Amino acid sequence: MHALVGENGAGKSTLMKILYGMQKPDEGTITIDGEQAAFHSPADAIARGIGMVHQHFMLADNLTVLENVVLGGEKLYGIGNKARDKIKEISDAYGLNVRPDALVENLGVADRQRVEILKVLYRGARTLILDEPTAVLVPQEVDALFANLRELKAEGLTVIFISHKLGEVLSVADDITVIRRGTTVGTADPANTTPKQLAELMVGSELPSPETRESTVTDVPMLRIDDLQLNAVDPDGAVREVLAGISLTIHKGEDRGIAGVEGNGQAELVEAIMGMRDPDGGVITLDDADISHAPTRKRRESGIGYIPEDRHRHGLLLEAPLWENRILGHVTEEPNSKRGLLDLKAARADTERIVREYDVRTPGIEVTAASLSGGNQQKLIVGREMSHAPKLLIAAHPTRGVDVGAQAQIWDQIREARREGLAVLLISADLDELIGLSDTLRVMYRGRLVADADPATITPEELGSAMTGAATGHLEHAPEDEA
Amino acid sequence: MKKFDKDRLILGLAGPALALVVAIALTSVVLLASGRDPIEPYTLMIENAAYADIQVLILNQAGTYYLAALAVAVGFRMNLFNIGVDGQYRLAAMMAALVGASVDLPGPLHIALIVIVAMLTGAFWAGIAGILRTIRGVSEVVSTIMLNAIATSLIAWLILPDNFGVQPEGSNDLTTGEIAESGWFPSVSMGDGGEIYGFTFVAFALGIVYWFVLNRTRFGFDLRATGASQTAAAASGVDAKKMILTAMLISGGVAGLAGMPTLLGDTHTYSLSFPTGIGFTGITIALLGRNNPVGILFSALLIAFLDKASAVLDQYGYEKEIATIMQGLIVIAVVVSYELVRRYGLRRQQQKVGEELAAAARKNREEVAA
Repeated sequence: MHALVGENGAGKSTLMKILYGMQKPDEGTITIDGEQAAFHSPADAIARGIGMVHQHFMLADNLTVLENVVLGGEKLYGIGNKARDKIKEISDAYGLNVRPDALVENLGVADRQRVEILKVLYRGARTLILDEPTAVLVPQEVDALFANLRELKAEGLTVIFISHKLGEVLSVADDITVIRRGTTVGTADPANTTPKQLAELMVGSELPSPETRESTVTDVPMLRIDDLQLNAVDPDGAVREVLAGISLTIHKGEDRGIAGVEGNGQAELVEAIMGMRDPDGGVITLDDADISHAPTRKRRESGIGYIPEDRHRHGLLLEAPLWENRILGHVTEEPNSKRGLLDLKAARADTERIVREYDVRTPGIEVTAASLSGGNQQKLIVGREMSHAPKLLIAAHPTRGVDVGAQAQIWDQIREARREGLAVLLISADLDELIGLSDTLRVMYRGRLVADADPATITPEELGSAMTGAATGHLEHAPEDEA
Repeated sequence: MKKFDKDRLILGLAGPALALVVAIALTSVVLLASGRDPIEPYTLMIENAAYADIQVLILNQAGTYYLAALAVAVGFRMNLFNIGVDGQYRLAAMMAALVGASVDLPGPLHIALIVIVAMLTGAFWAGIAGILRTIRGVSEVVSTIMLNAIATSLIAWLILPDNFGVQPEGSNDLTTGEIAESGWFPSVSMGDGGEIYGFTFVAFALGIVYWFVLNRTRFGFDLRATGASQTAAAASGVDAKKMILTAMLISGGVAGLAGMPTLLGDTHTYSLSFPTGIGFTGITIALLGRNNPVGILFSALLIAFLDKASAVLDQYGYEKEIATIMQGLIVIAVVVSYELVRRYGLRRQQQKVGEELAAAARKNREEVAA
């Protein structure tokens, strides 16, 4: 099991794309099993036994697991019982626990990931590439994934593992390659390397930590949510509670973290605060103004900054140039427009400023957002949202898929703004980030806030158990666990 | 970053150029397959277009097409497919002609009234589809196709002599009655060549308005953002339903104008022989012109050229439907070639950005080393 680590934009994804035949190298060779290979398309790579599990799952929600797996591979084992048997066989052999007839939309994130892995194995892969597989998992799920991967390794398969989480890399990999700015800067032996040394190799500087130095919490409430209720109607007509009885106050200068396994209502909570979903009950108050049913634009204008969970779907216009993306979400505000007309000159100039101040690595502001790496896209979004002096920042997974260097910057910017009185609602799957940045923590489970914890004393494992619904109420750190 | 601008322009032109080359080549294949000369029809058409009267015909036709294509393009820019431009255009022309013929006002007012009635009618007809979409989630593709059929029946009924129609003496045609001369839009005389409808210039001016609204106003930004990514637009504060309805109303309003060059400049009445199918040609033109006002202008001229210059083919033993075949082939070629060029452009830019960043990094390292 080989781990590949490096900053975003360092070239990890490009290297993987070359390995998977999505891009062609200008020079150099790829050798598989002592044989030189040249890939012109993913199909070539698959034929040579290379399979890729993407960071963003490539599954069709409204199809079953079986249908997703055979899609594009119909010739292998057909689409009927033979394929079903094969799926069961693979699933049993590697302990993947995949049910072929389940609908993908009903599966959790961890299950979907296993389907992705199975999909690759089904096509006969002997080398698996996993692009940040743990970004979306809770600690318990990560352990389960690693158990699966060890199983694969034991069967003689090769696993290439891309990650930003250095602790994980060290615990699971047999060998580590570090790349920075497009070249290999070093290799490491996990047995005698510390996370700190590894991080220094990656960024060429010291490891950042999300820890908050001093508390900046005031007693002036900025966002108040009272008994928020949100229902959704399922396709079969049944009404389901998505959010129930959510009450929450965030003060000026406070960072409130929400922990929870994805799909437990965090996304819906954010959308209710942003006005993208209309709540069925309860009151949302921002800075003493009732915004429960205000339109999204009004909320944005009155000072909510939004770093969305899925930047491609909610944060960017991928095929538009950077300066147009700078306008997005703030089209009615200075410097983007005056009296209904866009001020392109000012917007462009301000985009230049954001690129400079937030260290967005790009050759210019006329390139499309799609041509930037994930970390740089995120820096642009953070820069944009911070440029309008927000009163409340909603940060959903602000450093997901972002490299260590950019991560430290984003954390610094959030801290900086909080010192000036910004209220932050932080939602993250990275428990270290949550514990490090938050002043107070709540745990969300099945649409309710079930537990709270003091980030100063709690451990990721203790939080993890509350996230699976095993613990509720106020979580106290048990000191004997320390030993 | 001038370099990226230039790149984009070249790629922008590559799409239509590729499409046209493919369409012409395929048309020649069709000609060859039916045992005809594969080149002569083109030379005939180009020679024919050298005559001043044909040029005036082309220009007038292009004005009408331009308006229809703008109407389609407004929808396209936010992923709305208004197939109903044809129905909106015909119904609007008919209502405008009816109102225009029934009143007598001083010149500018008379014209303004006719134009406003046309826009309102077009917007109303498209608005039905807009409301169905926002309230009931009915696809605008389906509803506008149906509204086209309904418009056809409605016009046929309204124009009956029992209702609002007039049957001129000694004719089988039905009209809505003649609009008084105060409601005629002044034309520009080209001597022997004929007259260019004045409204043609209004049509081209509307292209500038279209460009300005889309590229320089908040509303235009919201509309484009919705077209580029509905989810991102919603998160940025665009009210999707309001936007859909507004875009449909604007699209319908512009569609309503498409009948004005002919009505105000030539026929001065709506009759059974009023041109049909303009809205569908508008879809072709908007596609070929990439929803860009300048692109649409050239596409409108090209399609109008094919329409008008092909009339000569009959005299030389060719079917003038060759032009129709070519229009069809253009649509297919456009859809394929634009997608190819778009993907190529995105990939190429990603690569270039990567290269530039790597080069910058190398330079930094050298500086540090030095």
